[in-house]
Parts: sequence; C-alpha cells; structure tokens
Amino acid sequence: MLYRNLYPRDLFAELDRLQRALQQGGDVSPNIRGGSRGGYPAMNVGGTPNSVEIYAFLPGIDPAAIEVQLEKGVLTIAGERRIEYPRNDEKTTVHIDERFAGRFRRVVTLPDDIDPNAVHARYRDGVLHVSIARAAAAQPRRIVIQ
Amino acid sequence: MSDNANKTDKPSAAEAALLPPVDVVEDGGGITLYAELPGVPKDQLVLQVEADTLTIAGEIRLAMPEGMESSHVEVNVPRYRRVFTLSKELDTQQIAAEFDKGVLRLRIPKAAHAQPRKIEIRVD
Repeated sequence: MLYRNLYPRDLFAELDRLQRALQQGGDVSPNIRGGSRGGYPAMNVGGTPNSVEIYAFLPGIDPAAIEVQLEKGVLTIAGERRIEYPRNDEKTTVHIDERFAGRFRRVVTLPDDIDPNAVHARYRDGVLHVSIARAAAAQPRRIVIQ
Repeated sequence: MSDNANKTDKPSAAEAALLPPVDVVEDGGGITLYAELPGVPKDQLVLQVEADTLTIAGEIRLAMPEGMESSHVEVNVPRYRRVFTLSKELDTQQIAAEFDKGVLRLRIPKAAHAQPRKIEIRVD
C-alpha cells in the first residue's frame, strides 16, 4: 500500500541543499569533524619508487609556525592559523567568511619502507611539500642471474 | 571529478575549477577581499575586471618529481576560479592587489562620491 507523504519536501530547498552538497564535494552527510573528506589542510599524497610526496595546502602561514613531525611511520602536520583584518573597527562588516581559522592537525600513515632520516619539507606558494625518501633496501633492484 | 580535467591545458570558462575560499570585509573606505589560492605561483594568477565583474583565476603548479603517481587526491582540479559582481560605488580603477604565500589580498576602494559622509543638521 502506498502512503502519501504528509510532509512533501520543498523542491527549492532541496535544490539548494543539493547545490551546497555538491559544492562541498558531493558528500551529503558531512563528517563529524566538519570536512567532507579529510579536514584542514587539504592534502594530496603521491609516490615514486624512491620517495613519498605529501602536499598540504596551507596558504598564508608562517612556515616556521607549522609543526611537521614524523614518529613511528606517522606524519603529523599541525599548527595554528590566525586571521586578522587590518582597520577593524565598528564600521567594519564581514560579508563573506570562508577561510579557515584556528588550530589544525592532520595525520598521515606512511608506508613501511620510508627512511625517517631523509625528510625534506619545503613551503612554496602556500603549499607545504614534504618529501620522504624510501629506504635504499626497499627500492626495486635488478637481480643479476649468475 | 573527472580525470579529463587534469589533462587539458587551455584555461576557459567551461573548464572545471575549484572555488577558492574568500573573506570579504567592508569598511568605510572600501572592500577588502582575501582569496586563498595555494599552489598558484605569482605568474599564474589572473585578475580581471570587466564592467562590473571581477574574476579571480589561477593555475596550480606543484613541484612533482618525475613519475609520481598520486595515491590520495583532495585538490583534484589544477585550477581555481571565482567570479564576483561588483557594485557601482566601487572604484575599479584603483584596485590594489597583493599576492603572498597563496593568499591574494585585493583592496577595492569606494569612489570618492560614495564615501560615507556625515551630514550635518542645522537647526535654525
């Protein structure tokens, strides 16, 4: 038996919700920690046979204030981002406020074959790039047949 | 998002782009806009004002070692684009822009005639 929905949904409200969901990356029910995927900062991870490459999108931050830690194969990127507007007085109005502010922390588990002593971190154009070499013993070698 | 977005080179309005987060703050003298475009070098940033439309766009250039394969991707389109409609009292000739560490700061002053004035009321 079919029942009529007593509370039909408002089509425009639904469209609005859908549009917002699409803008946030297509995830309709967000994570309890806010982000639809991983949180702040956004990260890309890649690898080559010799290294693991991590890119954290962290614009407008003093590189000295970013904590990058590698412990037992887990890489942590943490810090705090403060947003201040100059000439902030009672006539100032904030119309749009989308940039992230506050403390952040993200953790990445690295593969087993990395060399924890060969880590390079660089900050350029607002992106933190951490490059970790893979241990020499783990790199693919050609085995000579005798 | 589709993989095709990563392969094309020419920027056009029809291409997929990320929406950079912005803050827009207004005070008596004008509007300040802060936009975040991490990964965009200065020479890849495009700012355009056409009539009353402001376009902010930029191509992401990451230093990737040769042969890198991505395993986890959150920034999945290599460009940003966002368009704003400006209002008439803003003086688009006087826009000042600064771009540092992936953050763009745009100052758009209000035209002199649109600056707030205090009107004195005289009582005779």
